Amino acid sequence: MAEVLVLVEHVDGTPKKVTYELLTLARSLGEPAAVFVGNGYDNAKDKLAEYGATKVYVAGDAEIDGYLVAPKAEVLAQVVQQSSPAAVLIPSSPEGKEIAGRLAVKTESGVLTDAVGVEDGFVARQSIFGGAFNVQSKVSKGTPIITVRPNSTPPEPSPAQPTEEQVSVTLSDAAKKAKVLDRVTEKKGGRPELTEAAIVVSGGRGLGEGSNFELIEKLADSLGAAVGASRAATDAGWYPHTNQVGQTGKTVSPQLYMAIGISGAIQHRAGMQTSKTIVAINKDPEAPIFELVDFGIVGDLFNVVPQLTEEIEKRKS
Amino acid sequence: MNIVVCVKQVPDTWAEKKLSSDDKTVDRESVDGVMNELDEYAVEEALKIKEAQGGEVTVLSMGPEKAVETIRKALSMGADKAVHIVDAGLHGSDALATSYALAKALGTIEHDLVILGVESTDARMSVVPAMLAERLGAAQLTFARKVEVGDGTVKIERLTDSGYDVVEAPTPAVVSVVEKINEPRYPSFKGIMAAKKKPLTTLTLADAGIEADKVGLAGSATEVAEFAPRPPKQAGQIVKDEGDGGTKLAEFLASQKFV
Ligand SMILES: Cc1cc2nc3c(=O)[nH]c(=O)nc-3n(C[C@H](O)[C@H](O)[C@H](O)COP(=O)(O)OP(=O)(O)OC[C@H]3O[C@@H](n4cnc5c(N)ncnc54)[C@H](O)[C@@H]3O)c2cc1C
Ligand SMILES: Nc1ncnc2c1ncn2[C@@H]1O[C@H](COP(=O)(O)O)[C@@H](O)[C@H]1O
Repeated sequence: MAEVLVLVEHVDGTPKKVTYELLTLARSLGEPAAVFVGNGYDNAKDKLAEYGATKVYVAGDAEIDGYLVAPKAEVLAQVVQQSSPAAVLIPSSPEGKEIAGRLAVKTESGVLTDAVGVEDGFVARQSIFGGAFNVQSKVSKGTPIITVRPNSTPPEPSPAQPTEEQVSVTLSDAAKKAKVLDRVTEKKGGRPELTEAAIVVSGGRGLGEGSNFELIEKLADSLGAAVGASRAATDAGWYPHTNQVGQTGKTVSPQLYMAIGISGAIQHRAGMQTSKTIVAINKDPEAPIFELVDFGIVGDLFNVVPQLTEEIEKRKS
Repeated sequence: MNIVVCVKQVPDTWAEKKLSSDDKTVDRESVDGVMNELDEYAVEEALKIKEAQGGEVTVLSMGPEKAVETIRKALSMGADKAVHIVDAGLHGSDALATSYALAKALGTIEHDLVILGVESTDARMSVVPAMLAERLGAAQLTFARKVEVGDGTVKIERLTDSGYDVVEAPTPAVVSVVEKINEPRYPSFKGIMAAKKKPLTTLTLADAGIEADKVGLAGSATEVAEFAPRPPKQAGQIVKDEGDGGTKLAEFLASQKFV
């Protein structure tokens, strides 16, 4: 069976959950082979085996992390050249999409982004126009390069003994133009990352002021959820822009999405409409968000949310 | 500093968007077109850099006749001239083809910087800037929330999941901007009048040296196999809070195994 390459997304070597999802998906399509680029492979090794990688290509050159995006595409292109895979799967993060784009140019291949599933024959399922249409797309030229959204496939372990292959890279001058001078981490709680989280609790203008986001955070923590926000809330400076959900923010597709004090404008829906279960709390029964919900409460969030959090805590203990 | 700013005309977000059933491409004729919102920020950033450093701002757009409206808007905001790639052979181009055509046209325009929006609101792929950098062999400085132009160098703050990266590169560079970077200006009446007299060059495939078999529906590397409107969602359960809304919601979450 031909190899299906999976680019490992990781933080200092520790793979993100989406990597396991893609390995699981790759297994249903061919021979899953992981490509690890950057520092910290030791932290990834056992996990990649656990999730069924039969082969791992390792490009551990420290130089790679010092430049933006281009070197990773160069490494992948080299592996594609040497292994002629059936397809390349890449997490649909901003960086993942950029790597995919550059790889597509290098290998003259078609690229599909934001797949929510991949079927036999590398047919990608996508949801476009803010969820209004379901589309099935195919690559008709070169090696299919598909970026897949987090939470598209439940990750399932399937222990394997991967063979390891070191990839030696000589970066081109073009790949070394955009130099990373500093990586700055802005406030980060212990919460899961927005695009990866199984549950997302989002707050909007209905919260009235920034300090009331505490209600959202408490509820999120009771559920082990990530916190999101509408643009009205991020524009007002109530919550960081990195947490914005929607057309000009992040696209999330969790098991459960809770919209609290959010009206459900079309641009907000564009970022959350593919969530599996949707819940809303809003005092306006006419709010468009209610068209999307599986369960909605018409009421004042300042009464409903504290009661909900308390009830969840009670049920947990 | 000579800057090219890439703008795309997209269907208005508020309009009902459609795919045409004969060739499965975005129906751009039957809906109102507007400038991709993110590209307004790209135009604004280009104008700000020009105002500080001098130089010229050229608008570059690929799209049907109608895209001229969007080009005019960029000119009326203050860009100096424009290049419009328009050719029936381009219809249905995917990202690979679009980046190829834009790169070809950029070969005919002198530039130190190319500025784009981070994403188009119709395609939502967010790949064209990176692909363009790859094709031009220029530095990729994308997802910028801040741009600082130095002497032969550009430094940006790149928005990341956890904060931002400071990234620097020599010019020429390809920059894409996020919407937190600035407040786009509105075209003034004077600007709108002036725009009518600004030079606008149209390029056909042949003019730009674009090989016809690498663009358009046939030249694209991806195809839509099937599409269908999303099935309407089954109406959910909506409950009015009578003092026990939180408890009811907790019950629902527990029944779905979220608690
Ligand atoms: C090009 C473009 C891009 C955009 N991109 C995005 C994007 O990425 N993400 C995004 O979110 N928006 C985006 N927007 C903005 C979008 O159009 C809306 O303005 C925004 O989503 C509104 O945020 P909101 O729902 O929090 O506020 P509102 O629409 O003001 O809704 C607040 C809601 O809270 C309810 N409420 C008030 N008080 C209470 C209370 N005490 N208890 C319960 N409910 C209460 C109200 O009934 C109301 O429904 C974009 C807009 C444009 C033009
Ligand atoms: N046809 C086009 N003409 C000019 N610029 C474009 C075109 N398509 C995409 N772009 C630019 O590329 C950016 C990202 O688009 P996309 O990769 O399609 O999400 C946009 O914000 C535009 O600046």
